[in-house]
Amino acid sequence: MAQNLRSNRQVSVCLPCRAVGSRPASAPALLFLSLLTSALPARADYAVNLQTPATGLANQVYDLHTLIVWICFVIFIIVLVPMGVALVRHRKSAGHEPAKFHHNTLVEWIWTIIPVLILVSMAWPATQLVVQMKDTSKEDLTIKITGRQWKWEYEYLGDGIRFISNSATSNEQIAGKQQKNEHYLLEVDKPLVVPTGRKVRIVLTAADVIHTWWVPALGVKQDAIPGFIRDAWFKVEQPGTYRGQCAELCGVGHAYMPVVVEAVPPQQFATWMQDQKTQLAAAEEASGKTYSLDELKARGEKVYAANCAACHQPTGMGISGAFPALSGSKIATGDKAGHMDIVLHGKPGTAMAAFGPQLSNLDLAAVITYERNSWNNKVGDAVQPSEIAARKK
Amino acid sequence: MYTATATDTHGHDHEHAPTGIMRWIASTNHKDIGTLYLWFSLFMFFFAGTLAMMIRAELFQPGLQLFQPGFFNQLTTMHGLIMIFGAIMPALVGFANWQIPLMIGASDMAFPRMNNWSFWLLPAAGLLLISTFFVPGGSIGGGWTMYPPLFIQGGIGYDMAILSVHLMGISSIMGAINIITTVLNMRAPGMTLMKMPLFVWTWFITAFLLIAVMPVLACAITMLLTDRNFGTHFFDAAGGGDAVMYQHLFWFFGHPEVYIMILPAFGIISTIIPTFSRKPLFGYVSMVYAVASIAFLSFIVWAHHMFTTGMPVAGQLFFMYTTMLIAVPTGVKVFNWISTLWRGAITFETPMLFALAFVILFAIGGFSGLVLALVPVDIQLQDTYYVVAHFHYVLFSGSAMAIMGGVYYWLPKWTGHMYDERLGKIHFWLTAIAFNITFFPMHFLGLAGMPRRIPDYALQFADFNMIASIGGFLLGASQLLFLYTVVKCVRGGAPAPARPWDGADTLEWTLPSPAPYHSFVTPPLVK
Ligand code: HEC
Ligand SMILES: [Cu+2]
Repeated sequence: MAQNLRSNRQVSVCLPCRAVGSRPASAPALLFLSLLTSALPARADYAVNLQTPATGLANQVYDLHTLIVWICFVIFIIVLVPMGVALVRHRKSAGHEPAKFHHNTLVEWIWTIIPVLILVSMAWPATQLVVQMKDTSKEDLTIKITGRQWKWEYEYLGDGIRFISNSATSNEQIAGKQQKNEHYLLEVDKPLVVPTGRKVRIVLTAADVIHTWWVPALGVKQDAIPGFIRDAWFKVEQPGTYRGQCAELCGVGHAYMPVVVEAVPPQQFATWMQDQKTQLAAAEEASGKTYSLDELKARGEKVYAANCAACHQPTGMGISGAFPALSGSKIATGDKAGHMDIVLHGKPGTAMAAFGPQLSNLDLAAVITYERNSWNNKVGDAVQPSEIAARKK
Repeated sequence: MYTATATDTHGHDHEHAPTGIMRWIASTNHKDIGTLYLWFSLFMFFFAGTLAMMIRAELFQPGLQLFQPGFFNQLTTMHGLIMIFGAIMPALVGFANWQIPLMIGASDMAFPRMNNWSFWLLPAAGLLLISTFFVPGGSIGGGWTMYPPLFIQGGIGYDMAILSVHLMGISSIMGAINIITTVLNMRAPGMTLMKMPLFVWTWFITAFLLIAVMPVLACAITMLLTDRNFGTHFFDAAGGGDAVMYQHLFWFFGHPEVYIMILPAFGIISTIIPTFSRKPLFGYVSMVYAVASIAFLSFIVWAHHMFTTGMPVAGQLFFMYTTMLIAVPTGVKVFNWISTLWRGAITFETPMLFALAFVILFAIGGFSGLVLALVPVDIQLQDTYYVVAHFHYVLFSGSAMAIMGGVYYWLPKWTGHMYDERLGKIHFWLTAIAFNITFFPMHFLGLAGMPRRIPDYALQFADFNMIASIGGFLLGASQLLFLYTVVKCVRGGAPAPARPWDGADTLEWTLPSPAPYHSFVTPPLVK
């Protein structure tokens, strides 16, 4: 596999995401050239084929697929030709008299054995590739990925860095009130950053329902399943931004759960790590302070938009039958303790997740304060980060 | 091959069947029940088809235009569930009811009263399923596969859907028992197993599949039901359960299920092609073995739906190899059909057009299935539109088009009228062309990275989605012509002779058209 990576001829010439935004100009024509075009060895610009691979594994998958499509295409022609001949020459209207034969043991054996041989020739390269894909040993770096309705959480194991990656596409764009930008639905607020040329092992799980972490150009698609830890690996060769999304139906936000991976050279990656650690320390410090109600509300509005609005809606009215309204809610206007508890610990068996482990104490305090003082709620009190810290214990 | 010596079908005027609406509600007659099945499935086909039109309308452009994601998920889920359990399966059981007794020279099904039950459970199940749209929280949106934990999150509609699937499962099991008993005990003298028409063989084997896997589905969804309502944790990791186990159980049912929907279709095609080639079916014995081996293999391939769950290498390889093996018996069938055509005297009536399109399009679906069988490629394509393209090539241009071909083929026998050949042909061409415009581009969408089951998509998928939607609307509209042609044929038309197809040689064509209410009261003798 290593040699293959180095001889990977396309990665260096193709922008990783060239498929994104490219438009198949002559789509109808392509439609009819279908099988042929999807088998063309050139990595086509119009998106009729797998995305341009960015890892050795994805590249091998690409080649395997091309090989199989060609084999199928040839068999298809071999099957169609006699059928076509029969349909043209052995028509009743052409005066053809029906023959009487109805079996031929030799021929039947031949067309049972030959397909078996062809299948073996397909299975051989596929088997080797499966073994490689499954080999997650000798990794340089391990990242834990947790799927949540509807965002990804990334944790760099051993480095204490942990953050949540949310979709960055605005509701206005989705509703068609704003021009959709180039990476519509495939953009996040904080991408996963990885070093190039290093074997990255990912371990995946989920907090609520099954999600699937998928980046086509990396050749990685792996279910994230509650109660299980699964792993996979990739080694990106060229710096770039690689986009994908959740592939397993996970509820109403399934289409809005993008994955963005930013591959940077190792030195740049080290700097990024350092930055993250500094920010983390700053956040820790910020959680120690006391804030005014307005400060908390302003911050809370952003936290709410990123983490809660998908279900409870920007209006706080929820979706009847699925997600309760927070505007006028007994809990959101009741005592602080009850409000903090549901946000910190969630409600098992429902879509309401435990946000305690996901958000910083400051963000938790802010979003709760925001909920208590927005829409029809006018409780008038503020929840401080220190109260959250106390409640967590 | 099948000639009846005694076609003693008249002189029995004791038709003690009730009349009016009670004729249908209390019917124990295989023909009436077959007709009920077929009308029920046609209704459900249009209902689920309407949902498909709504799906394609929302996907016409990126962004959310018509429906919110929650409702969109309900559309895709219900489209799948209803098409499978409400349209395709009942249609095939309708064929079984009409044709098996006629083709083996039996007077009726073995258990006529149970037959009545197995039909009348279906409208109840269908009503329950459709009424989920009107309960708080709406219909089910967790996908037809009903994977937990997502499926645990829904409202009362989810419990109703579980109950409805239970009813349909019971109906299927009763139907299967009936078919097996009929085939084993009620064949006319001289009709040995290896002389049975291939359609009967395919249903005989399918019935065993149904009996084997429907109870597994019933168990899995009962566990869902108790997880949802009675505090069990079969699939809930927090309580020590295992969400992946559900997938194993489901697909142990689900994979044979797809063969349940295709094997009888093979049977229909194997009936139509020899008729219009005026030549016996090539390789009858190997056809029977091929069907049996496909049925056997269908039990050991289920985890190929789960390659991305992260199973061990050995598991992935095992299920990859077994899945690839299915290509062998399937290939045998295609080669046999083509050899049947070879040096025949071929004509192109509507049923034949459907059968020929079936051979070509089903082959495409088979090839994409082979592509998906390869674990590394499947990992790229699993849960994308490529899979959607694949299963519509085997289920629409496979099962559904075989059913349409079969309807045109046997309508003269069922109604006593010839259908309008010109309309049938127009319907065929519209369907075949629109089908390909709709589903071929989905291969590209999947390859390029569009996940399935999303109401909204990234911009690079816009063009092919628009093409697919246009094709989809045309495909939907074309089916109205099907309805019109069928109704027209039921209500009148040129009188059909006993044997309108000169190449047909199975027993039903020895009866007058329409087939009399009681047929083969004295069994025919098969030489
Ligand atoms: C995935 C959807 C989802 C998200 C995202 C979500 N919630 Fe909830 N939330 C729910 C559901 C469902 C309930 C109702 C739980 C129940 O059945 O009691 C709920 C209940 C609540 C309640 C109690 C309301 C009441 O009157 O019962 C509060 C408060 C709340 N959520 C706050 C939040 C906050 C704060 C956030 C963001 C940090 C958030 N939620 C994000 C789904 C969600
Ligand atoms: Cu998801």
